Amino acid sequence: MTADTVISCKNVWKVFGNNPEAYLKQMPKGHSFDEIRADGYIAGVKDVSIEVTRGEMLVIMGLSGSGKSTLVRCFSRLHDITGGTIEVEGQDIMSLSERELIELRRNKMGMVFQSFGLLPHRTVLDNVAFPLEMRGQDKHERRARALEVIKLVGLEGREEYFPRELSGGQQQRVGIARSLAIEPDIWFLDEPFSALDPLIRREMQDEFLRLQELLGKTIVFITHDFDEALRLADRIAIMKDGAVEQCDTPDQIVLNPATEYVRKFTEEIDKARVVHAGVLADASLKGSGAAVDAGASVQDLARLLVQDKRKIIPVEAGGKLVGGMERAGALEVLLGSD
Amino acid sequence: MADIASTLPAENTLGQGLSRGRLALIFVAVAVVMTIARYLGVLPEALFRLPESMIPPFAIWLDAIFNFIKDDLGLIAVTRWLTEGLQWLLDVTANLLFGKRRWPNIGPIPWTAIAAVAGVIGYYLGGWRMALLGAGTFMWTALIGQWKIAMETMSVLVVAAPLAFVIGITLGILAWKKPWVDRALKPILSVLQTLPFFTYLLPAVIFFKVGPTAGAVATTIYAIPPMILMTTLGLQKVSPEVVEAGNMSGCTKWQLLRHVYIPSARTEILVGVNQVIMLCLAMVVLTAFIGMPGLGAKLLAMMGSFKLGRSFEIGVTIVLLAVMLDRMSKAWVVKQPEHFEKGTPWWKRHAMLLIGVGLFVFFVILSRFVPEAQELGRKQNFSQGKEIDTLIKAFLNIDAVKATTGFLRAFLNVQVLIPFRNFLLSIPTPALILLVTAFALWLGGRKQAILAALFFSLVALSGWWDRSVITLYSVLSAVALAALIGLPIAILAARSDKWSKRVLLVCDTAQTFPSFVYLIPAIMLFGITDIAVIFSILIFAMVPLVRYTIEGLRTVPSEMTEAADMSGATRMQKLFSVQLPLALPVMAVGFNQAIMFAFFMVIIAAFIGTQDLGQELQRTLAGTDMGKNFVLGICVSLMALTFDMTLLKWANDQKKALGLE
Repeated sequence: MTADTVISCKNVWKVFGNNPEAYLKQMPKGHSFDEIRADGYIAGVKDVSIEVTRGEMLVIMGLSGSGKSTLVRCFSRLHDITGGTIEVEGQDIMSLSERELIELRRNKMGMVFQSFGLLPHRTVLDNVAFPLEMRGQDKHERRARALEVIKLVGLEGREEYFPRELSGGQQQRVGIARSLAIEPDIWFLDEPFSALDPLIRREMQDEFLRLQELLGKTIVFITHDFDEALRLADRIAIMKDGAVEQCDTPDQIVLNPATEYVRKFTEEIDKARVVHAGVLADASLKGSGAAVDAGASVQDLARLLVQDKRKIIPVEAGGKLVGGMERAGALEVLLGSD
Repeated sequence: MADIASTLPAENTLGQGLSRGRLALIFVAVAVVMTIARYLGVLPEALFRLPESMIPPFAIWLDAIFNFIKDDLGLIAVTRWLTEGLQWLLDVTANLLFGKRRWPNIGPIPWTAIAAVAGVIGYYLGGWRMALLGAGTFMWTALIGQWKIAMETMSVLVVAAPLAFVIGITLGILAWKKPWVDRALKPILSVLQTLPFFTYLLPAVIFFKVGPTAGAVATTIYAIPPMILMTTLGLQKVSPEVVEAGNMSGCTKWQLLRHVYIPSARTEILVGVNQVIMLCLAMVVLTAFIGMPGLGAKLLAMMGSFKLGRSFEIGVTIVLLAVMLDRMSKAWVVKQPEHFEKGTPWWKRHAMLLIGVGLFVFFVILSRFVPEAQELGRKQNFSQGKEIDTLIKAFLNIDAVKATTGFLRAFLNVQVLIPFRNFLLSIPTPALILLVTAFALWLGGRKQAILAALFFSLVALSGWWDRSVITLYSVLSAVALAALIGLPIAILAARSDKWSKRVLLVCDTAQTFPSFVYLIPAIMLFGITDIAVIFSILIFAMVPLVRYTIEGLRTVPSEMTEAADMSGATRMQKLFSVQLPLALPVMAVGFNQAIMFAFFMVIIAAFIGTQDLGQELQRTLAGTDMGKNFVLGICVSLMALTFDMTLLKWANDQKKALGLE
């Protein structure tokens, strides 16, 4: 674990059922999800080890019931885990007292919920100021801060509205504003845009990217929408039956799926849009002529790849040469390998 | 009933391979044999009725227990101490509302001020119509010359309702937090809800002195159960994400409860408040039986001396108060906060409050100079008691009316009710217990059957069997008659949207009337007779019956009725093969409620003069016979519980079987 690791979890288990601790202790190693279910227990999170580094956006994705929401609730200890350890900034969160846990949430963590979780009897302003109120900030300060974040999410002028007077997209903006009010270091988003219709979803994703550029938080983002994951993620963790199947960059997941499940999952994806020149570049190769940018996707380079006659195309990042990309390999990504 | 049973899901089989229906049939057969044996005179007397010598002296034992708790454990000291506090509160409200000479000695508040404030509150909650209802109710009360007695009633209500709310919500939160509290409360609540109100009254009198304090205590206790249930329900329904959002905002446990759970459960809690208010009003009127002055006492006196006009006027006042309190508290339930535009000045945000206070002050000052605004004197009111009295009596004296009521009275009494009663009384005790057990087994299940047998055996052991059977007879015949009249009305009404709405509105309104009011038309039409008892129960019980039948029929999924239409069903075929079977579970809930209402009403009707448990119960109120009072009350409660658990079990089973849940 490096100094820049914000969340580190090792062999985390979350088992539901009667007396899960005792069950987990005597459970034979390598028991599968279905075997556990046959014993009358549900493995919400199954032996997960994962690390989140400062400033990165980790997207956890999987189908519903795959345990992604449960995992993120373990990070914030909304669920107590059954086995393993979770450390947040070097602190074992299971060892925290209730008071310390509340302090942690009051100062370090923010969370956005799928169906918003707004308090129906409070105005936008009071909803956003709620976490500040809970930690006992005085009225003027919390009002000023709340107005600031409301402005940030673009809800100026609606401070006095009640949640039910707002559209879904606006309600989620309130949810986002509330989670940002305390200036958290770690930001959890549990399928924040799933309840919105596609057009609004797209708009909110743009908004979210803008905010992230501005704030640079450490983010754990849950979604079941692969496109969304690809748009946003630095790294993606794909979950199935409580376990993480693969956790890697989008390019690697698309190019080198670790399991059959992940391969199937990524089958329908247009790889050319995901894979970047930088990933295809081989440091041992050089190539000649004009270089392409490492951040450009294969799709972006499509015309060049088809028309260029070179065998190896040099790739540069920030003006520095990082290696050469085989044109044939890139074309394969573009046209599909099979 | 046979029809209902035939639609039961796959017969549950008992251990010995006997199906539930089979076993029930055997029970019925044994009961029939016993009854025939009795008719032939070959049944030994001990099997007909439990011999006196075998009846344990429950009343004496209970008295001993009560006395032990009361005197030896010193509960009476505690309650007397509580009485002081309560008395003080009641004195304050009494002084404010009708000028009883007690601290703070500033009352009474002029009627004009109260009516004005009620109008403003009404406007705030529901616009002009509600404002009219609020102000109008109080104006009527004052103008008809019933201000003082109405305020006597209100002075208890405004203490009892908040008290019931606070206790109810506290217990509700505890029951939600701690499963063991929930488990402990559940059976107590179901007994409390079936216990006849006379049973609340006597302990209240003994522990809390005669008069307003005992009235307030009985009223409070009576109104607590729904508040507990609604609070628990509301808290359980709070969406988990909202709770998680609260947790992630760093709420402590207390903050979570105070800022997240309770506000999110607002709707259910306010529905609870509505029920608390309505039950308080219903009960506070009934406390007339223990000498609580007010509307109830006046009504009791007027009805006792057959002054129909004045009874009618008091009835109207009670109904108006009930409707007003119900509508306003329901409007409060649905009232959602609206935002003000930014920059709205302070006085505009609180306009309603300011107007209310302003009007109040204005009328208080006005009444200093205009005595009519303060109080209407004896000669100034518009009561038409005598005239209405003559009118009603003249109407009843019209030959056609007289002939109708006379015929009904004679026919029902001689041809139906008395034979039915005698028949029930002629069934040997064990045979009747078997019949009830068979009924519970058939509709409910093994557990229900065992409890039914146990409950009715206890009733037999109580030594009040004949009176219990008469109570049962009143309930059953009234509910049967109510079904006979109510079901066709409901089925007809359910055919169109318009009529469903109208009839449901009538039912909703009628359900808010305090039960006591139902005695008025009964006495008007049938005088002080057995038929009046049955009639008052009948109309009281018809309300839930009609209501649930309409709701059951209206909620049959439209694709099913459409499927029936497309299969070429006639209206009758559709009704009997599709709609009624699907509506039955909901209707059963209505039946159940009708029976519960009937058990409640039959006890009140004792006031007219019956020979059932209610009569005995009422008699105990005069003394300090708490043991007997309790035994009688439990008898009623046990019979009611038997029906309650059986019918509800059946309704739930049936709902599950039909996949309606």
